[in-house]
Amino acid sequence: MSKTDNAPTGTDNAPTGADAEAEPVLGAAGAQLSTAPVEDSGPVGIGVLGWARWFWRQLTSMRVALILLFLLSLAAIPGSLIPQTSVDAMKVAAWKKDNPSWVGIAEKLQLFDVYSSFWFSAVYLLLFISLIGCILPRSWQFAGQLRGRPPAAPKRLDRLPAHTTWRTDRTPDEVLAHAKTLLGGRRFRTESGENHVAAEKGYLREAGNLIFHVALIVMLVAFAWGQYFKSEGGKLVLRGKGFSNTLTQYDDFKYGALFDPQDLPPFSFTLDRFDATYEETGPQKGTPRDFTAYVTFSDGAHGKPQKREIQVNKPLKVDGSKVYLLGHGYAPVISVTDPAGTVVYKDAVPMLPQDANLTSRGAIKVTDGYRNKNGEKEQLGFSAQFVPTFAGKGQGTMLSQFPAANFPVIALNAFHGSLGVDSGLPQNVYQLDTSKMQQFKKENGDPFAQMLLPGETMTLPDGAGTVKFEGIERWATFSVTHQPGSGLALAGAIAAIAGLAGSLFIQRRRIWVRAVPGKDGVTVVEMAGLGRSESAKLPEELAELAATLHRQAPTAPPAVSAEPVEETPEGERG
Amino acid sequence: MTPLAAAANENLAQISNYLVYSSMAVYMLAFFAHIAEWTFGSRSKVARTAAALTGGAGAGAGDAAAAAAPAVQVRRKGVRSSSGAGETGGSTAVLDQPKVVTRSAAGTRDVPDGPGAAGGTVQGDLYGRIAISLTALAFLLEAGGVVARAMSVQRAPWGNMYEFSITFSTVAVGAYLVLLALKKNVRWLGLILVTTVLLDLGIAVTWLYTDSDQLVPALHSYWLWIHVSTAIFCGAVFYIGAAGAVLYLFRDGYEAKLARGGTPGRFASSVLERLPSAGSLDKFSYRINAAVFPLWTFTIIAGAIWAGDAWGRYWGWDPKEVWSFVTWVAYACYLHARATAGWKGRKAAYLALFAFACWIWNYYGVNILLSGKHSYAGV
Ligand code: HEM
Repeated sequence: MSKTDNAPTGTDNAPTGADAEAEPVLGAAGAQLSTAPVEDSGPVGIGVLGWARWFWRQLTSMRVALILLFLLSLAAIPGSLIPQTSVDAMKVAAWKKDNPSWVGIAEKLQLFDVYSSFWFSAVYLLLFISLIGCILPRSWQFAGQLRGRPPAAPKRLDRLPAHTTWRTDRTPDEVLAHAKTLLGGRRFRTESGENHVAAEKGYLREAGNLIFHVALIVMLVAFAWGQYFKSEGGKLVLRGKGFSNTLTQYDDFKYGALFDPQDLPPFSFTLDRFDATYEETGPQKGTPRDFTAYVTFSDGAHGKPQKREIQVNKPLKVDGSKVYLLGHGYAPVISVTDPAGTVVYKDAVPMLPQDANLTSRGAIKVTDGYRNKNGEKEQLGFSAQFVPTFAGKGQGTMLSQFPAANFPVIALNAFHGSLGVDSGLPQNVYQLDTSKMQQFKKENGDPFAQMLLPGETMTLPDGAGTVKFEGIERWATFSVTHQPGSGLALAGAIAAIAGLAGSLFIQRRRIWVRAVPGKDGVTVVEMAGLGRSESAKLPEELAELAATLHRQAPTAPPAVSAEPVEETPEGERG
Repeated sequence: MTPLAAAANENLAQISNYLVYSSMAVYMLAFFAHIAEWTFGSRSKVARTAAALTGGAGAGAGDAAAAAAPAVQVRRKGVRSSSGAGETGGSTAVLDQPKVVTRSAAGTRDVPDGPGAAGGTVQGDLYGRIAISLTALAFLLEAGGVVARAMSVQRAPWGNMYEFSITFSTVAVGAYLVLLALKKNVRWLGLILVTTVLLDLGIAVTWLYTDSDQLVPALHSYWLWIHVSTAIFCGAVFYIGAAGAVLYLFRDGYEAKLARGGTPGRFASSVLERLPSAGSLDKFSYRINAAVFPLWTFTIIAGAIWAGDAWGRYWGWDPKEVWSFVTWVAYACYLHARATAGWKGRKAAYLALFAFACWIWNYYGVNILLSGKHSYAGV
């Protein structure tokens, strides 16, 4: 400890290492009270090996661990300020649009993937190695300490942080025997030495500390395992429709590097009903209150159908996977007829919600079966805006006023031509690619667009056909996740908390009792305590023990001489 | 749509508001009583710290000597016998009982704690007691406000930032009162605590106020009770630890200046002289932070389990999660700093304050400025 003018140290004033220099009196008695590594700034050896050893020592030292911890907390920050691909890819795209000049740098620094970036990984890998490099020798050392015995009493007990003494008529042997039973009874580990009993307690502190750090490693391993083997798929299901758990059924599917699609557990379900309730009045009008998806679920390939409910906080658990209810929305049912009056299309078309009141957008794509007035094959496309609760005529905007379907209206823009679905490029089902399409025109040449209420039909210009808003269906999105290792992570977390509690709340301390015959034949008893930390509890405990022992070896009448000399008492504290 | 399951009981919500406003009024009175306590206390001229550090009263022989031969302290407490004779200052009990002598570790300043805000003056002490009684009364009113709020919506009263804020200060004051009841030396905290509680409540009623209402589906879970209550508790108690750390820094600077032979300004000496010693404040702050750290760890884990149930992943680096993690790592950093040579004392205290700043940012900053899955703050 270089600076001694520093403020009083708290609980962790380990009297090891440099501290022991300041108080050589303690010697072995103060040694090994913890397994904290001793800071070494020792000279560097020669050659590569010397440097490697130096590097290793530095990496596993407390100081570097501290710096790495601090770096880790700093490194985690940018990911909360800049949108992350893994959290919300749309936001990343928006950010890039708003800050074009920063995109280059941000991408180089992997700022959109902070938590898998090279620099974040570097910090935590180093920390991980440092942790292991620290834990191993400490565990080893601790195992040794567990087998060892409490060290013998130092020569001068009155130099210890807490000390007491008195004279008694009992013989030293009697006193020491009492002391040993007393300390043993308090679950101290005791060892008799010459004229004294040494005792130690609180090994659980160190054990707790080691358990905590090992638990950190277990949690890191569990996270890594989860990353490699996880899978997560999303699926939009219309009311009345079903889903079975195979790769091809998913709308999107993400998985870890070592995931095998064969591992998907076989199950299926049908969405029977979806209920949503919203706040109807007040300032929070429209805030969702309750979502429930009612499904008919079959476990395994040919399981018996069962009725189940899935709610936001209550996923359906199947064989290591969980089915979560994520979102919901509306799917207007649209039918289209060709000029001859034949229905060429009828479907419920899911719309993508844009805001909390479920203003939604989507696209209706008539790919097959339509022939125009001249009998030529053509494709039709409609870009749609849907609002479950329309503001009313003259209110203009297509912004929903409430998330429930109280006054549903759909607005359609009609196009014809080629949808471009054969180009091979994947298409967004909610968007129309109008690059090879022409919009229908009104007679005056304005683009053709119309709003429809349920049951209403619009007629396309030039007798190109009709479009009917038949009704409304609902849909819900589900996410099926399989995340192995979470059990292990939880076990690690629980162990971490238990270890932490032990490490922070238990004191490791030593107590010595010495009894020697005094000059006048009366026995002098001395008791002293030493903790890893300078804590108020140690003197209290010592006082308590002394009082108990004192009852068995009471103070001798002060006939002969004064009490043993004490060092200048002065001041008072507390 | 079906009507609400439980319509907010407007009446109870109104009562809750009245209770919170009344508690603010009473906290205000407590604030003035504390000011009176500090003012009367400033008339005392004790200057024990200076005496201890400069050897004025024949105490420890100054700095250099102290390192070699630290001063010895006698605990007047005598011995606590199991019969409960306790710490009688009386001499008869001590005569035939062993006395425990404690000594501080090498290199520590041996400074007695200051006399407290009242500075040993009778009037100051009276006002201090009045302030504490008022604080206790305000606490009861505020706690009543929180409970009425909970009853008005029949759920845990932790659905938005207004509700977090009123619970937050209730818990902080409750923790302070419990420490006082346990006869811990925390009276020095009174003025700061009451001031910040007023600030917190002021922000809550003017900017964060939200009418009492139901919760969004993601919050319908018993994890709300577990995770949010521990989070609020941790924040409130971390606050007390941070207050200790700030005062430690001031007091430590003051002691260091005295030890160097400097003369601190009059205001500084008057106020800082009356605080506990830097050593006591440092220990206080450490104990509080260390005691809460395991609970904070638990809070994060409980949150992860809840996220696993609600969103299908237990950790997704949502801004709220990021900042909880940063706060956790910062406190772990602080605990390590305390165990590392060369990092103890002031540097560790700065880390503790950094950690608490992260907590505060996670509460105000992340809830208001950053959007993520946790955006149900109702602001
Ligand atoms: C690089 C890796 C790490 C090393 C080498 C390391 C080393 C240590 C050592 C030696 C101690 C015991 C100090 C003593 O005996 O007084 C300790 C305590 C502790 N460590 Fe770590 N640690 C590491 C990482 C972590 C991490 C990542 C955390 C949590 C975020 C953590 C949290 C703690 C806590 C809470 C304590 C208890 C502090 C106390 O006793 O006051 N450690 N660590």
